[in-house]
Amino acid sequence: MQSFSSWKGSPSAIILMSMLAPSAATASTGARFWFQPPQTEIAHRISDLHILLLWICAAIVAIVFGLMIFAMVRYRKSLGAVPAQFESNKKVEIIWSIIPILIVLGLAWPATSAVIWMKNTSNADILIKITGYQWKWQYEYPTENISFFSELSTPRAQIDNLQSKGENYLLEVDHPMVVPVGKKVRILVTANDVIHSWWVPAFGVKQDAIPGFIRDAWFRVDSPGIYRGQCVELCGKDHGFMPVVVKALPQDEYAAWVAGYATSRAASSTAAAGDAKNYTIEELKTQGETVYGAKCAACHQPSGSGLPPTFPALAHGKVATGPMAGTIDIVMNGSKKNPAMMAWKTQLNDVELAAVVTYIRNSFGNASGDLAQPKDIAAARH
Amino acid sequence: MANSSVASYNSAGNIAPYFVPEPSQWPVRVAVSLLFMTAGAATWVNSGQAGPFLLACGLLSLVLVLFGWFGNVIREGQNSLHNAQVDRSFRLGMAWFIFTEVMFFGAMFAALFYMREISVPDLAHGLSAQLWQGYSGGWPASGPGLHSTVQPMSARGVPALNTALLLLSGLTITMAHQAMPRGNFRLLIFGLAATVALGLVFLLMQATEYRHAISELHLTLSQGAYGATFFLLTGFHGVHVAVGVTMVSVILVRSLLGQLTPQHHFALDAISWYWHFVGVVWLLLYIVVYCL
Amino acid sequence: MANTVGIASGQTGEHGKKGLLYWISSTNHKEIGTLYLGFSVSMFFVGGIMALLIRAELFQPGLQFLRPELFNQFTTLHGLIMVFGAVMPAFVGFANWQLPLMLGAPDMAFPRLNNMSFWLLPPAAILLVGSFFVPGGASAAGWTFYPPLSVQMGPGMDMTIFAVHLLGISSIVGALNIITTIANMRAPGMTMMKMPMFAWTWLVTAYLLLIVMPVLAGAMTMLLFDRHFGTHFFNAVGGGDPVLFQHIFWFFGHPEVYILILPAFGIVSSIIPTFARKPLFGYRSMVFATIAIGGLSIFVWGHHMFTVGFPAAVQLFYMYATMLVAVPTGVKVFNWIATMWKGSMTFEAPMLFSVGFLLVFVLGGVTGVILSVAAVDIQLQDTYYVVAHFHYTMVAGSLFALFAGTYYWLPKWTGYMYEEKLAQWHFWLSMIFFNMTFFVMHFLGLAGMPRRIPDYPLQFANFNMIASIGAFGFGITQLLFVYVVVKCIRGGAKAPAKVWEGATGLEWTVPSPAPHHTFTTPPHFE
Repeated sequence: MQSFSSWKGSPSAIILMSMLAPSAATASTGARFWFQPPQTEIAHRISDLHILLLWICAAIVAIVFGLMIFAMVRYRKSLGAVPAQFESNKKVEIIWSIIPILIVLGLAWPATSAVIWMKNTSNADILIKITGYQWKWQYEYPTENISFFSELSTPRAQIDNLQSKGENYLLEVDHPMVVPVGKKVRILVTANDVIHSWWVPAFGVKQDAIPGFIRDAWFRVDSPGIYRGQCVELCGKDHGFMPVVVKALPQDEYAAWVAGYATSRAASSTAAAGDAKNYTIEELKTQGETVYGAKCAACHQPSGSGLPPTFPALAHGKVATGPMAGTIDIVMNGSKKNPAMMAWKTQLNDVELAAVVTYIRNSFGNASGDLAQPKDIAAARH
Repeated sequence: MANSSVASYNSAGNIAPYFVPEPSQWPVRVAVSLLFMTAGAATWVNSGQAGPFLLACGLLSLVLVLFGWFGNVIREGQNSLHNAQVDRSFRLGMAWFIFTEVMFFGAMFAALFYMREISVPDLAHGLSAQLWQGYSGGWPASGPGLHSTVQPMSARGVPALNTALLLLSGLTITMAHQAMPRGNFRLLIFGLAATVALGLVFLLMQATEYRHAISELHLTLSQGAYGATFFLLTGFHGVHVAVGVTMVSVILVRSLLGQLTPQHHFALDAISWYWHFVGVVWLLLYIVVYCL
Repeated sequence: MANTVGIASGQTGEHGKKGLLYWISSTNHKEIGTLYLGFSVSMFFVGGIMALLIRAELFQPGLQFLRPELFNQFTTLHGLIMVFGAVMPAFVGFANWQLPLMLGAPDMAFPRLNNMSFWLLPPAAILLVGSFFVPGGASAAGWTFYPPLSVQMGPGMDMTIFAVHLLGISSIVGALNIITTIANMRAPGMTMMKMPMFAWTWLVTAYLLLIVMPVLAGAMTMLLFDRHFGTHFFNAVGGGDPVLFQHIFWFFGHPEVYILILPAFGIVSSIIPTFARKPLFGYRSMVFATIAIGGLSIFVWGHHMFTVGFPAAVQLFYMYATMLVAVPTGVKVFNWIATMWKGSMTFEAPMLFSVGFLLVFVLGGVTGVILSVAAVDIQLQDTYYVVAHFHYTMVAGSLFALFAGTYYWLPKWTGYMYEEKLAQWHFWLSMIFFNMTFFVMHFLGLAGMPRRIPDYPLQFANFNMIASIGAFGFGITQLLFVYVVVKCIRGGAKAPAKVWEGATGLEWTVPSPAPHHTFTTPPHFE
């Protein structure tokens, strides 16, 4: 898959290859040494600007290296060179000060117009609010009343080298963001806890997600497809494990997705809500273990020992062994003191919440013996 | 300038050597003291029991070491080891040190400016306002998530009095400073003592201000942007005043002991510069934090 | 430049046997310089081992050795230790050894403060390395420790904060010392415009330190208060802003990188004229370029923040200012080449490293120009392209200049010539492995690999493997450097006072090794 053999490792070969890179790159998707193929106007502009800069820099480097190498070859003592003694040359010095200034001035216009273009988020067709969490993204479509989380779906076994890695290793999620092709999408980006950054290289869009603040950006996708990016601001231990996946659909398919989403959400909420059934403690613990492994173990560890101080131990923990209401409250509503513990009530249904609370209170050496039923959770929601 | 450094010439017309001290243990002792202080502080803020003790040990050690080191320097000066070139070194060093203190306060003033002009308005009226429904901003501001109103610290009363005190103390120290080369010993002592007294009263009044802020206005460090910037700026300023008062007291004692002469009194110059710096920072603080 | 005798005889070893007690109480710029250099080399290896741990984990996709939290601790401490523990102390060590010798001064202006600046470093190192062993481990928030992530960190972060405070005091006091020495202790006849370029670059560096280190202290203090005393400087809940930290940090952070490179420029400006046997071309414009670089560097910090969401006008201001800095830097490069032009060159190790510096630093510089264009930076910010850029300028830049300077002045310090052949091996192996490690990172960044991740998607696999191999090669090569230096300290061919045929400057008028006390009476300089 990779053209390993062409890299002989010598610096000059590598430098030469890099000069040829622009032509080679257009042939490859999942690019390995060039920008990913641009899918928006802004990504095209950036790519073009970069090529312009690269040619200018290549020219500068060629001249500078050329002169240096020439000097080193020609003016050697071993060849009998006698050193000149000049210390200045006004004309030359002025020329080589002015030319860089002119180059910088020349670059200013295309560089400026790109910035102004990128910052113009007015007249958008669609608004999507993106929130970075530790360690997943939340996508909300205010007008369409759609909201969901998007988490890494690569199996842990692949990360731990127990299974061979899939094609989209670390770049796949359970619920991708969906956008229509050809429409101006304005994104409002924020975060729940620490700074994250939302980036899709193919779109040329990168926006830091700052907790408590909203910053916006925009893009218009040229053609349908699935486009992948990653979180790109260090946000804690799973910073490398919260990818961004955007599915761009033709207009009609997008409309169908929006409509279908409303129906399926109604279905799942009726299933979970009003679940008046009383479960046994064993049933709750079994399901709770699954929920815990999927959602909680990353921070609190499978053993419940946590990673203090940011991720406290649940084993013999104050909240886990204290009153039931306290455990339910912190799992549903998050921690006021420690934003790393988020509110799970929007992400888990009543059964899942009841199950995981029961599991925590009866595992890792905790033996409260009590349990929570889905209707307790439903009551706590109000 | 045509020539370079101020080389000193001795009576024979030869260049006088620059004083290079003998090996000394003071520097490493400062380092060890600071290690104790920082380890103690790090422990303390993490609720470690040993923290305050380590910090106190380090601080005590630091004070003793500084006493010893400065004493050493003073003795060297009294033994005429500091020629004009060395004196010039001291001046340059002290002046640029004060500059770094200005930059430190600059960072905090910058934070105040940013919060007041950029982040709070954004949270109240800008793009971010939709995350904080019902927050109106303004200044003084606590914060959109704090659900408390903040009353501003009035510029009248104690702060105005304190401003007057510091300005007056700037006069008294200048008086003392001018008196020195003229050999007016009485005025020197009076000026220095008055400066110490004014400084102490300033600190006392600041303490009452803080009590008033905390108990009556419920303004604490955790009261958002206003609380944080108010206490950090006035707090660090207060620390600098305390250091200044200590130094002026020391120079007062040294003057009483006859250690300074009309020709050689760099320490008085240095301390008077420092005191003026402290006064100027207060003036800026008074205008920016209290008045505006 | 002629100089009349004014050199004190000075006695070596006059203080008798040099035990531990002696070394900790020294007031001699040569000994303190040696302390700095020794400390720097050990920190270089500590930081280097962390780098190798990082590269070992990144050798292949998947998590093999390190939990992600620990990986982030290593990336954080690697950065802090290399910047504050290795590179800065190394340059200060050079300043200590060379400035009084070059200026014809008996010592630094404040010899005891000089020693204190050094002795603050081991406590800081203890706090930094010690932070691995407290609950929660070392800080894992990156060397830039942005809040709120850095507010989440455990006690290791507080130790880091206090360590940085100590490092800051050390640098500030050191800078005061350097400025005063340069302003006040030049030999009579040495005007500012006649002093060596190394002194000029250190003068500007020292002013930058005075301007920015207190601001870093302010940022760290505000962070400490947000962590433990309930303030909201960087928290929207209280009207603060995480971006405020970034502004204050980078106000320090950008001049910091010039602090890390300007002394390198000074070293290279000393070496190239010597080995070209020609005076430095354009001394005046070099001085102005240095001042311009220093001055401009204070205004460009926002280019580290192009993705936070600035208004267009702010984005443009920082972009223009940053692009401008390239101009005086380019002028310096042209001046060095002009120095070589029509010279009579030989290529001993100092010259090899200086030429190597020029070649690779120019590459680092042009990637900087590319990054300065805000729109392009949007694609490259926080990717391996940036990692490549700053390693090219700081490793190939600062580190190679340090190697060059070490070989250049080692005979003056020790009295013995180092083994030239081994030093040349050190150069070639370093060049090859350095480029192997970092050149491919440009491609990784362009292709979309983020920074500070312990595992990566499959398309980044091959180049990561190459980079890891290169890193190990580079690391092992540095053992050769230690060997050459230690061997030289122990003995070798005797070095004359003027070690290099084309060398000029007051340091070459004193014997090799330089006596304990030099220039106790200043020389007359013309």
